[in-house]
Amino acid sequence: MKKYTFTEKKDTRSGFGAGMHELGQQNPNVVALCADLVGSLKLEPFIKENPDRFIQCGISEANMIGVSAGLTIGGKIPFATTFANFATGRVYDQIRQSVAYSNKNVKICASHAGLTLGEDGATHQILEDLGMMKMLPGMTVINPCDYNQTKAATIAIADHEGPVYLRFGRPVIPVFTAADQKFEIGKAWMVNEGTDVSIFATGHMVWEAIQAGEQLEAEGINAEIINIHTIKPLDEEAVLKSVEKTGCVVTAEEHNRIGGLGDSIAQVLVKNKLVPQEYVAVNDSFGESGTPTQLMEKYGLTAKDIVAAAKRAIERK
Amino acid sequence: MEIEQLEKVASQVRRDIVRMVHSCQSGHPGGSLGCTDLLVALYFERMMLNEQDGKPVFDMNGTGEDLFFLSNGHISPVWYSTLARRGYFPVEELATFRKLDSRLQGHPTTHEHLEGIRIASGSLGQGLSVALGAAMSKKLNKDKGIIYVLMGDGEQQEGQVWEAASFAPHHEVDNLIAFIDLNGQQIDGPTVKVMNNRDLGKKYEAFGWEVISIEEGNDMAAILKGLYEAKSRLGHGRPILVLLHTGMGFGVDFMMGSHKWHGVAPNDEQLAAALGQLEETLGDY
Repeated sequence: MKKYTFTEKKDTRSGFGAGMHELGQQNPNVVALCADLVGSLKLEPFIKENPDRFIQCGISEANMIGVSAGLTIGGKIPFATTFANFATGRVYDQIRQSVAYSNKNVKICASHAGLTLGEDGATHQILEDLGMMKMLPGMTVINPCDYNQTKAATIAIADHEGPVYLRFGRPVIPVFTAADQKFEIGKAWMVNEGTDVSIFATGHMVWEAIQAGEQLEAEGINAEIINIHTIKPLDEEAVLKSVEKTGCVVTAEEHNRIGGLGDSIAQVLVKNKLVPQEYVAVNDSFGESGTPTQLMEKYGLTAKDIVAAAKRAIERK
Repeated sequence: MEIEQLEKVASQVRRDIVRMVHSCQSGHPGGSLGCTDLLVALYFERMMLNEQDGKPVFDMNGTGEDLFFLSNGHISPVWYSTLARRGYFPVEELATFRKLDSRLQGHPTTHEHLEGIRIASGSLGQGLSVALGAAMSKKLNKDKGIIYVLMGDGEQQEGQVWEAASFAPHHEVDNLIAFIDLNGQQIDGPTVKVMNNRDLGKKYEAFGWEVISIEEGNDMAAILKGLYEAKSRLGHGRPILVLLHTGMGFGVDFMMGSHKWHGVAPNDEQLAAALGQLEETLGDY
């Protein structure tokens, strides 16, 4: 098992803020919009240096999406930011008509996704956003795994023409990917090559998958771990290549098991190569209040759960 | 263009509208007929449009020109006809309205790359927000072009409209003129009965807009005067709202003033009766 170490823990939303700071200096067309959550989205450095390219929208997310769509007419690259719940479910029709169907170059950047938002509870913990966004034709859906990758993804999507949903989170987690990485949209990242089971993980679950890989190794199981940071377009080639080798699959995501990464992978398997698949995901329920660690344990989203799922998958081969 | 010429264009646009809706036996003639005079006045007289050899040249960014957005996308027939008659695309294409493989979808879209359309609309309440974004884009680009956006009065019942109404004065978007088509009708009946908007002028004023009224929204001279006045008030830190009083179905006597023709197509006899009231001035498509 390839060794992954870290010297610090950081939140992925700060990676977004750092990416925006850099974009503000590099790309004069980048405009940031926010619906009264500037601090949570870590936008202060961007706003300080580019006050004329920041648009405060107040608590009016629907209008923010429409204004973003309009800004693209004239060549601006709007980054519309708020919590993932308010960036997707609340404004689904606005995204559908004014952004996706109209093919506007809007970047919807969503923080506090999933259970790890924590104590605020289920009203704010969206677990359906990946599903909603990936169903929109033409939408690119990205869920990076740590601070460095989120920063790199933020910078990369500015150069990608078309609508993007970028999802990140609130808790501090290990920073284990390279600071100087180049983010390639739609290209899965091989975390560890293995032969016994393919673990496809996204977002915060990638670090859990690495820990699971180490535990499995101690038990003599050689897990292949792949970071699917781009849910759509899915790197089908990487999925199939891995499955050819391992013959069974675990998918891990901080999302409802319905409509997320697991279902995207399952579609590839059903069409191309039938192998056993086990889901590590929220089992079609809402979340609740608690610390991120407590919630991930209660809802079955830890390294331990991935280990158990891997064993089940191997047994079903 | 002289008023008489503009009225001739409007008569042809009205013929196009009823013929398009009749041909596919669906679509929205009422609001389209009511807003014909405004769209003709804008596209044939008041808007600054990028042109080459007397024909408009369309590109998505619309740099240096005025832009128009239709928020109440169901009145697409009047927009399609006006764009075609202005030279954005061949008038023959009007015959494809709402038919399979057409660029003239039931509601306007960018998906089929129809010249003149910059955003999809139809799901109501979104156009003002989009127009505000386009207006701010122009400001960031130091582009002097003006943004025009038309909404329905029934559409004012959508919550997003009021998010946008708060946003515009706060950000001093003063390169934008918004219209509300006050025809007093929506699908289920008169607007005052379905969901009374009460005094929209006072509401927008309270939100910080400058509000003017065009009482005769189907009179070309009154529209031109109103547009001139609206434009003269731009650039002073406030967005402009024009309350445009129109008659739904204007120009066809049996369609006028009733919500019944909001989204109903005429049959063969009704088409003949309607065309008998509208002079063919530029040649039918």
